[in-house]
Amino acid sequence: MASLLVRLLTALLWAPAVLAQPVPDTLAQRALACTGCHGKEGRAAPDGYYPRLAGKPAGYLYNQLLNFRDGRRDYGLMSELIAPLSDAYLKELAGHFASLDLTYPPPQKPTLPAPELARAEALIRTGDSARKLPACTACHGERLTGAQPTVPGLLGLSRDYLNGQLGAWRSGQRRAKAPDCMEKIARTLTEAEINAVTQFLAGQPMPADAHPAPALATPAPVRCGSLEP
Amino acid sequence: MKRLLIGLALLAVLAVAAGFALLAWQRGLSDATPPSTVPVSLERGAYLAAVGNCAGCHTARGGARLAGGRPIPTPFGTVFSPNLTPDATGLAGWSADDFWGALHFGRSRDGRLLVPAHPVTNTTLVTREDADALHAWLQAQPAVAAPRREHELRWPYGSQLALAAWRALYFKPGIYRADPAHDAAWNRGAYLSQGLAHCSACHAGRDALGGDRGAADFRGGLLSGLGWVAPSLLDPAEAGVQRWPAETLRRWLHDGYAEGHAALGPMGEVVLGSTAALNEADLAAMTAYLRALPEQAVARPEGAEPNPRRRERGAGLYRDHCAACHGERGEGRRDASGAFAYPALAGSRTVTQASAANLIRVIERGGFAPATAGHPRPYGMPPFAGVLGAEDLAALASHLRESFGHRAGEVDTVEVLRLRSAAAAH
Repeated sequence: MASLLVRLLTALLWAPAVLAQPVPDTLAQRALACTGCHGKEGRAAPDGYYPRLAGKPAGYLYNQLLNFRDGRRDYGLMSELIAPLSDAYLKELAGHFASLDLTYPPPQKPTLPAPELARAEALIRTGDSARKLPACTACHGERLTGAQPTVPGLLGLSRDYLNGQLGAWRSGQRRAKAPDCMEKIARTLTEAEINAVTQFLAGQPMPADAHPAPALATPAPVRCGSLEP
Repeated sequence: MKRLLIGLALLAVLAVAAGFALLAWQRGLSDATPPSTVPVSLERGAYLAAVGNCAGCHTARGGARLAGGRPIPTPFGTVFSPNLTPDATGLAGWSADDFWGALHFGRSRDGRLLVPAHPVTNTTLVTREDADALHAWLQAQPAVAAPRREHELRWPYGSQLALAAWRALYFKPGIYRADPAHDAAWNRGAYLSQGLAHCSACHAGRDALGGDRGAADFRGGLLSGLGWVAPSLLDPAEAGVQRWPAETLRRWLHDGYAEGHAALGPMGEVVLGSTAALNEADLAAMTAYLRALPEQAVARPEGAEPNPRRRERGAGLYRDHCAACHGERGEGRRDASGAFAYPALAGSRTVTQASAANLIRVIERGGFAPATAGHPRPYGMPPFAGVLGAEDLAALASHLRESFGHRAGEVDTVEVLRLRSAAAAH
């Protein structure tokens, strides 16, 4: 009995020292390896732009992790970092960032004349059937905040980032699972159109409900590998 | 003059003849090993393919499993792994004898010598029974059309003559022969480690021609084009595990993480592709073998000229960027279960190894331990490449290597840049 008491007392005395402030067993703690570069809400750095992860659809984030890991997107640091992680763990990390509700940066004031921005908006909302360009809103939602589970929103992103992504799609630097619908769209758009579209998008304030739509409102007008399960 | 010319011509003819004789010899190597009479087990073949991590090299990033195409950087250029699936572009129609030729003699079906990136000094040790099981399993995989990509080796390294010469220097075919001085578990561990698991493919100390001192050469060396050092398994101050408890090593091989020791970079890949799949008996055997390796200290290059200002700058960087996770005194931080979430840097061999390559690499590019069944949700370290330049990296590495009781030597900016250039593919 006495020895048990001694052992208990020793354990009590030692425990706080050994286990002082244990590292929390949370995804937020684990995600610190990501936010070192991405920051809480995205971050521009000398070596490139680290996009915001918070609040994007979980399926979209997960698909991007697989795209980096499997070489459809190309950024050495990112691919190398996540290479040893399992699908299940990547899915968890994607889910963590998707669940975050953080404020968005203010819109960037466009520099183009109003008629050009109006044409950009028309392209975004109705597309151009003659060139088989679907409306952005057909997949990215009427509010352009994306749709669960895999379509990202187009608002709250910087012009540089949007231009960078569309440019990467044109040059083959960024790819998605085949059929890669965004590649076709990015290659069909002219450079002037891309500039106008990104000016318009980056210039929009976030709608009151900034969350992605719960699902695509209507079936997607084009086949996209990333929409398929 | 005329005589000299005739003499020179004769010499040239002799040299060419010797070359061809060498080539004919290497291509014609044969033995009397008959095909195995044991019924072939696909299950066994699958297990052996995992132990050998065939898919590790023979799968391109994001590509079909075993269909080849992964670029493998070497000091002599880049080689591309071929397709192992039973497609016409791969191993369709290969008999067990053909496959034995590749594994045991390092020779393709058409007689061409394979480049030594295929670790023939290791695979030659594999028994015929195991080779036949591997062959049967590979032939049972889905066929994938993936034409082979030609190696991009600088002349003359890729030529058949050069390969024949390399082999004459470094390769002798022969199945693993048990060492009667050791018990069955040790011998099993040696058979796996030296053979299929091909540990020496990375951990050997290679000479200028890429040759090693055999399948038990674990002296360690820089992996050119990858920028990682595969540390010596013979030196307990490097990656030797002679003084680790058996249970720690067993868990480390199986989970990729134990007691704050993480398998990082290429070794994480090895854990995921190979050692995590080892069954209990083989895990115990490999553990016994690796712990019993002879101890041999590596030569430590002299560190950079001590520079207190550099170390002071490093100490500041440590406080700003590292201490929150690794502790003010490098003691690491543990989770609620008492296991290390973030490893201790005091006493860490990655910090104090002779080469600072891995330390700088981890600081620059971050990393996670592999996510395995036994350690499925590792905490990770972010890359600091965007925050710390070469001078900062040298300062931080110098601070770490000379703090917490370490006397590992400082690192200067030139060394950081030198290691970076070694990481670039040649």
